[in-house]
Amino acid sequence: MRILLVDDEVELVSALAERLELRGIEVAWAGSGKDALALAASQDFDLAVLDVKMPGMGGLALKERLAEKHPGLKFIFLTAYGSEQDFNCVASDIGAQFYLVKPVAIEELIAAIKTTLEEDGQGDE
Amino acid sequence: MPGIAEMLKQLRPTFLNRRRTEALPRAYLFNYRRLWGLAVLILAVVALLPLLIITIINYRVTERSIESEAYLRTANLVANTHRTISYFLAQRRAALDFIIHDNHRDDLQDPGRLAMLLHNLNQSFGEGFVDLGIIGADGQQRAYVGPYALKHVDYKDQPWFHHVQTEGDYISDVFLGFRQVPHLVIAIKQDCPDGGCYVLRASLGIGPFAELLSGIELSGRGDAFMVNAQGVLQSPSRYHGDVLQPMNLPVPQASVHTEVMAHTTEGGESLLIGYRFIENTPFILMIVKKKEDLLSHWYKTRVRLRIFLALSVSAIVAVILGMVSFIVGRVHLADEKRLATLHQMEYANKMATIGRMAASVAHEINNPLAIVGEKAGLIKDLFTFKAAYSEDPKLVGLIDNIITAVQRAGRITKRLLTFARNLEAKIERVNLPETIQEVLSFVERDAQHRNIQIDTRIGPGLEALCLDRGKLQQVILNIVNNAFAAMGQSGQLKIEAAPTGSAGFRLSICDNGPGIAPEDLSRIFEPFYSTKKSQGGTGLGLAITYSLIQEMGGKIRVESRLGEGTCFVMDLPLNSETTCPKASPCASS
Repeated sequence: MRILLVDDEVELVSALAERLELRGIEVAWAGSGKDALALAASQDFDLAVLDVKMPGMGGLALKERLAEKHPGLKFIFLTAYGSEQDFNCVASDIGAQFYLVKPVAIEELIAAIKTTLEEDGQGDE
Repeated sequence: MPGIAEMLKQLRPTFLNRRRTEALPRAYLFNYRRLWGLAVLILAVVALLPLLIITIINYRVTERSIESEAYLRTANLVANTHRTISYFLAQRRAALDFIIHDNHRDDLQDPGRLAMLLHNLNQSFGEGFVDLGIIGADGQQRAYVGPYALKHVDYKDQPWFHHVQTEGDYISDVFLGFRQVPHLVIAIKQDCPDGGCYVLRASLGIGPFAELLSGIELSGRGDAFMVNAQGVLQSPSRYHGDVLQPMNLPVPQASVHTEVMAHTTEGGESLLIGYRFIENTPFILMIVKKKEDLLSHWYKTRVRLRIFLALSVSAIVAVILGMVSFIVGRVHLADEKRLATLHQMEYANKMATIGRMAASVAHEINNPLAIVGEKAGLIKDLFTFKAAYSEDPKLVGLIDNIITAVQRAGRITKRLLTFARNLEAKIERVNLPETIQEVLSFVERDAQHRNIQIDTRIGPGLEALCLDRGKLQQVILNIVNNAFAAMGQSGQLKIEAAPTGSAGFRLSICDNGPGIAPEDLSRIFEPFYSTKKSQGGTGLGLAITYSLIQEMGGKIRVESRLGEGTCFVMDLPLNSETTCPKASPCASS
């Protein structure tokens, strides 16, 4: 299981990556959409956790680009802008299983990752 | 009288009773007191002035016409009576003239002949001639027939004798004379061929005069009599004195025509006096009538006219007051609604701004909060995953405290974002218990500080309503805030909700505060009506609540008892639209 974490808040994304790695999840992280695309070109990932609002390329645009090149890639969105109740609905519209609002508990993120990948395994989507 | 007072109260527009809301940020379009007064004044002037002018003109013209008619009737009566009196005197004078020409002086000096003539005169003219006498040029009465001992009376110094000597005839005033009985004298001079002359003198009692005048038909309290130029009565009068007494009316000015004049007595009685000087006599015929009698029909009509005018004016004024109060009241109501809408828009705008600010603040805080959270989480992870630190419970506890605080701050920002999102009008699936809890989460700290207990009882079947969540939240928040303000520093708030039938539910929010006075209760949902003006209340909170409930298709009422508390009871539909947006599969997560 390889996860790609993308957020312009480098402090946040690096800490999150390290915490996931401590839990045995293989993670690569990028501080912008451009870096993320470069990483995705050289490595394979099962899931991408993207921040919605980023300077340059936003999370939604990045998802489109990544999905083109990696059709099987799953997505979880992170945002500081909104409430779960609201954005969970939006997430389903844009083809993301989860739409998590910062600050997010690590357990919640891991649960979301597992749920997304397990559903992928069951071939629901 | 209370009925009339109540009616007048109805005509008074309700906005005149309103307290002025000085602190309003926006003004009314008009000064309604002034507008109402002006409209009433203008309409009253336009409607009443022509009516009053026409009535006054008509009144004057009619009164003058009726007065003229009374003058004319009096003048006609005077003229007719004058003819009768003149004819009466002329007849008697002509008879004497005939006698003096038809009889020789010597025959006339024969008492027998004279007595026969007197008898014949009374036969022809009825009783009236009292006596006859023949007076020589020297003034000595030569012959006399009559009831008095007047033979040989000397008239040479009497003024009438000189008058008849120079003028040829004479009709005297009524006087007492030697006989001490009121009478008048007609004397005619006859010149003799020998150059001498003699005078035929007849005296008449005033009885025939009095009969003649009393025979005139006079309506009511009229009076007809004769006076001389000195105002001494020459015939009996009903109201103005006896014969030979001065009358108590002004002596008329000399005139050759029939005249009518108005006169007011000292007692304030209005009289109409018609008079005519009788030619070649000292007499003035006077007919006096009381104006009150002459115009009695007009006076009755006048009273009816005045009553009719008063009733018409009252009716017009009542209609004007009613119409103006109704129309200006409606305009005032519309203006109030306009102001309320403006304020509601401002309120909505303000809420939207607050929403945007809340969202912006939440976003700006969420990122650093997430960094703090993740860094603290990482530290905890490092401690947990590396055995050296995992043994130190104090350090782990401190990290847990940081993480708990971050999660708590996170919940606040999420709540702010949820609230901001709900401010947009949107019909959606609403879970009532959750929505009430969301609202209460905003006031729970306040409730703790105020020592207010909140008891919530929500019945089953209210988890999937189809309503505007934002509006519902605002309504609940407004009423809860009002209840908190009413209860002050301690109290109990009960929020209950239960389905009512298949299509609606009832939500009631009750406090045990001081209650609302009955006079305030009926106006509590009116815009700008506030019992908390002194504490900065705008009087819009409950007006907005009322309109929000209406917009959701519901009804709201208030029940309150002084000293016991207040209940706001809302009946709302389970679905405010027939097609509700589908419940998102993720909405309940």
